[in-house]
Amino acid sequence: MILSLMILLPVLAAVLIVALPGVTAGVARTTALVTTLALFGLGILLWSSFDSTTAAFQHVENLPLFAPYLAWHLGIDGISLMLIMLSVFLMPLCILASWESVQKRVPEYMAAFLIMESLMIGTFAARDIFLFYLFFEAGLIPMFLIIGIWGGARRIYASYKFFLYTLLGSVLMLVGMLYMVNEAGTTDIGALSVYDFDPRAQFWLFLAFFASFAVKMPMWPVHTWLPDAHVEAPTAGSVILAGVLLKLGGYGFVRFSLPMFPDASAQLIWLVFALSMVAVVYTSLVALVQTDMKKLIAYSSVAHMAFVTAGLFALNTQGIEGSLVMMLSHGLVSGALFLCVGVIYDRLHTREIARYGGLADTMPKYALFFLFFTMASVGLPATSGFVAEFLVLIGLYKTSSAAAFVMTTGIILGAAYMLWLYRRVAFGTTAGDDTRAMPDLSVREVAILLPITLAVLWMGIYPKSFQDPMKPAIATIMTRLDGRVLATLPTDMTISPGSPLDLLPAAEHQGVHP
Amino acid sequence: MIQLLVFLPLLTALVAGLGGRIIGHVPSKIVTTGGLFVSAALAWVIFAQFWLDGAAGYEVPLLSWIQSGDLDVRWALKVDTLTAVMLVVVTSVSALVHLYSWGYMEEDPDQSRFFAYLSLFTFAMLMLVTADNLVQMFFGWEGVGLASYLLIGFWYKKPSANAAAIKAFVVNRVGDFGFSLGIFATFMVFGTVSIDAILAAVPGQAGASFSFLGMRMDVMTAICLLLFVGAMGKSAQLGLHTWLPDAMEGPTPVSALIHAATMVTAGVFMICRLSPMFEASVTAQTVVTYVGAATALFAASVALVQTDIKRVIAYSTCSQLGYMFFAAGSGAYGAAMFHLFTHAFFKALLFLGAGSVIHAMHHEQDMRFYGALRKHIPITFALMTVGTLALTGFYFTAGYYSKDAILEAAFANGSSASQFAFFVGAFVALLTSFYSWRLVFLTFYGAPRWAGSEHIQHAMHHDHHDTEGTTDSDEHAHGNPAATGTAGYHPHESPWSMLLPLFLLGAGALGAGYVWHHQFVGAEHGADFWRGSLAFRAELMEAMHHVPSWVVHAPAVAFFLGLGAAWYAYLKAPELPGRIAAAVPALYRFLTHKWYFDELYDAVFVRPAFAIGRFLWVRGDQRTIDRFGPDGAATLVAGGASLARRFQSGYVYSYALVMLIGLAAAAAWFMPFGTAGR
Repeated sequence: MILSLMILLPVLAAVLIVALPGVTAGVARTTALVTTLALFGLGILLWSSFDSTTAAFQHVENLPLFAPYLAWHLGIDGISLMLIMLSVFLMPLCILASWESVQKRVPEYMAAFLIMESLMIGTFAARDIFLFYLFFEAGLIPMFLIIGIWGGARRIYASYKFFLYTLLGSVLMLVGMLYMVNEAGTTDIGALSVYDFDPRAQFWLFLAFFASFAVKMPMWPVHTWLPDAHVEAPTAGSVILAGVLLKLGGYGFVRFSLPMFPDASAQLIWLVFALSMVAVVYTSLVALVQTDMKKLIAYSSVAHMAFVTAGLFALNTQGIEGSLVMMLSHGLVSGALFLCVGVIYDRLHTREIARYGGLADTMPKYALFFLFFTMASVGLPATSGFVAEFLVLIGLYKTSSAAAFVMTTGIILGAAYMLWLYRRVAFGTTAGDDTRAMPDLSVREVAILLPITLAVLWMGIYPKSFQDPMKPAIATIMTRLDGRVLATLPTDMTISPGSPLDLLPAAEHQGVHP
Repeated sequence: MIQLLVFLPLLTALVAGLGGRIIGHVPSKIVTTGGLFVSAALAWVIFAQFWLDGAAGYEVPLLSWIQSGDLDVRWALKVDTLTAVMLVVVTSVSALVHLYSWGYMEEDPDQSRFFAYLSLFTFAMLMLVTADNLVQMFFGWEGVGLASYLLIGFWYKKPSANAAAIKAFVVNRVGDFGFSLGIFATFMVFGTVSIDAILAAVPGQAGASFSFLGMRMDVMTAICLLLFVGAMGKSAQLGLHTWLPDAMEGPTPVSALIHAATMVTAGVFMICRLSPMFEASVTAQTVVTYVGAATALFAASVALVQTDIKRVIAYSTCSQLGYMFFAAGSGAYGAAMFHLFTHAFFKALLFLGAGSVIHAMHHEQDMRFYGALRKHIPITFALMTVGTLALTGFYFTAGYYSKDAILEAAFANGSSASQFAFFVGAFVALLTSFYSWRLVFLTFYGAPRWAGSEHIQHAMHHDHHDTEGTTDSDEHAHGNPAATGTAGYHPHESPWSMLLPLFLLGAGALGAGYVWHHQFVGAEHGADFWRGSLAFRAELMEAMHHVPSWVVHAPAVAFFLGLGAAWYAYLKAPELPGRIAAAVPALYRFLTHKWYFDELYDAVFVRPAFAIGRFLWVRGDQRTIDRFGPDGAATLVAGGASLARRFQSGYVYSYALVMLIGLAAAAAWFMPFGTAGR
């Protein structure tokens, strides 16, 4: 029942905030904070009662609501658990971050966030394919509203762009889902995950789902909605967008594409690798020349998400585990970076990098946090970013040394654009009197950034806590992938080599490594 | 004990770094410095166990780190002879640099932060040298890089310091790119990242080949060269050296600790730690030898024409690291470590001595404005001379033993690469002697030329006591270098907190070679001392004793020739250097522009990166993807931006509606047929 409770509780709170007459901004804020904290508490409960030794779905609820079309079927494995934890962890921080900066239509704003939280939890917990689709697509509606109502100057253009990209992918995915249900005769995700679709059908289904997930990731070249959406979104919107919504695509790949279309996944790794390789180099270079802080971090998100896709389609344990850790890590780190931008945006009301400078002098506490998250973003060991990058790349190398080679340049380029950003914001001399007059972090702001700092360190030093619940789920996916024939790539992107197979002990064999 | 040794600096760094503003500067300094002296004492105890008692190596597992499939990485501390040597070097120099900084950084308003960074660096370096697996080594590797970045940019208001800090980090990341790929390849081939397990399995992989980037390559050669790229970055070898001279923007104690004695030697340490791997690839050894020799020559040639006292020593460091690398490439890992060990003493001494000079000269670093300082700061002068004697390899100093061992080993190795390295090395010894004595003569001898210095004028006119960082001297043009005289300025000898470290390092610079050469490079005792912690070739060490006598005497000849030439050019006939520069202007420009590496990289990498980034952003994202994507769709459907405008009101609701109706209708349509057909 705990999952249903987690989905319904925020909806209830949202309805109360909006529907009850005379709800002031203060009451709305407090209600939202209490609700999100309660959800975080439920999340802890969920985690502590989770059995990490089994791949079976837990906390399963199955209410055949509109069977056979749609069932209220919920359940979580370790992957869902971790992504739900990420959502409920970030949400109270988002409410806190909006505490002072949002003054317009506060009850509606808080309600939008609460509903979004509900839909995100629903997406990660859904075990029915159409239920998933509803949550997955509906989750974007509060985000449209948040950008469209509380966003910046070009908010309409941004949300329109966001909408257009998403729509295209959704339609294709829906068609794919209908075919699958029709073919397999069930809407149960678990049953679909073990159903063997014809490899030719898999190819088209893969592409249909790919259209949707690639937009959500976002992968190059369907990434251009992201910088605009981030720039126009309010701080907390950016945090959720980068922190959780960008994870929907990766979650989709892991939940649908890999187990349901294993043959197509193995055949199309070249497509994913190519797009990921381009994304890392392309968006990193673009990030280098940005003058708007949020755009820079948005482009860096695209580069980081390319690590997720490349790792998933390395189709081995290290790659997939690394991708999932990357999703969690990026959720924390990029969320924190957007919060950092929000802190100074609240003070100076500009995202223009050139208007800042010398903050190490005037805002030392802020400079320390910002430095920490900068380093986490460039993947310094002992932060979560390193564990993620390292696992992805070491897994990717086994599958394709060329892809790993290109992706690893990301560690150079990432350092370049992030340090260049940090240098312009925190070092040098202050750009003006108004910049110099900015006060250092308030207690509220420290309370927002400190928990994320601790989580990033925890995940960087002892990632086992986060990896262990996910391991059985990943093992299940690996079983599905075992023995699939990898695509033969053109010689310049050799795949089967990457491994000195003919000279190594027979234990390592060509193809997918279990 | 080892846990306390390693984690105490982390603890003190956190106390001073996070609590510095609360507890104040002096407590922060006491905590960090005290902690480091405790660590240093422990390090000597551990070293003595290996040196005197012949203790066996051991490992202390701490915590599980990254576990995934067959990959298992732990946090662990590995201690053997090689580690013990590094522990002594790192903690001793660090403790002395902490002490020295009490005096040097006395006027700085951010002292707590400085000491915290120093201790943080030490912790990362200790994690690097105690790593039992490649990933933890990489942790230390990047950790020292972070500390180096923070310390180079310590005076963050200076644009040049910020630029140098970013350059150091990014260039090191280029090295780390290679290191990372090396780790990935190692894991794929060996199925483990544990150093012991890898080294044990190396013989089985010798001669094997695999595909890398579509090319068929020898496994050990590919892995070793990738790892070596990492070593080149950290140890500033030719090609990835450009960050090291710029790193001199950091406070001088930092240069002594990080950019002379410890961090930059991490690459040498790595190769020695993994020496059985390099032994399995002749090609890799050859590359290491050539790169080392080329770096030694390049850096020494540039050092000849530098006028900034710290940059001379920086290029000298770069050059000496080249010696260590070609020693390792020649199979003389013991000699490489020996030079690392002795170099730590005398190069830290030279840097801290230079710091003392800079301190006395009110932060003037340009040797053209020095002169005649031996009478004013005699203790600094004496100790700088000791350091110079050791660097140039005067009889029985530390450098004499280690540099001779390297040259003899290179000669005795017999391969053509090592032969080449020997001749280059002997010639570089001559250059080393010349530029080192040039530094001494320009600084301490001749007539005072202080009057032309902006810094000195500043001091005299304003009696202004600013730190290096807060003066804006870089923007000022220097005065007239030809101006002579003291301008009434009286340099003062540094306080005891700065001089005491100089004395201790001086003792090391004089005695370390004599005391330990049997252990590090002795044919008889070496194997017993190293106990398999590096690939020790006793027969090569033996062969060193049978090289022709001209080989043995070559370094001494180089010493005297260099000393004589420097004496002639800078004391006897001081107009000579200018005449030579004027006679071969092309060569002179080539050297003062540091072989044009910075210009080349700027033109080939830095500016194109920004240009391509701008191109992709404008031409790629905006004018291609957006134009034919979302913007184009809008144009196509509704003619221009009006669609977007019309969307304002109802788009969200239409979206929700489309989604729901679509889902319901499609499901209703499809499913009955589907299930019926089954």
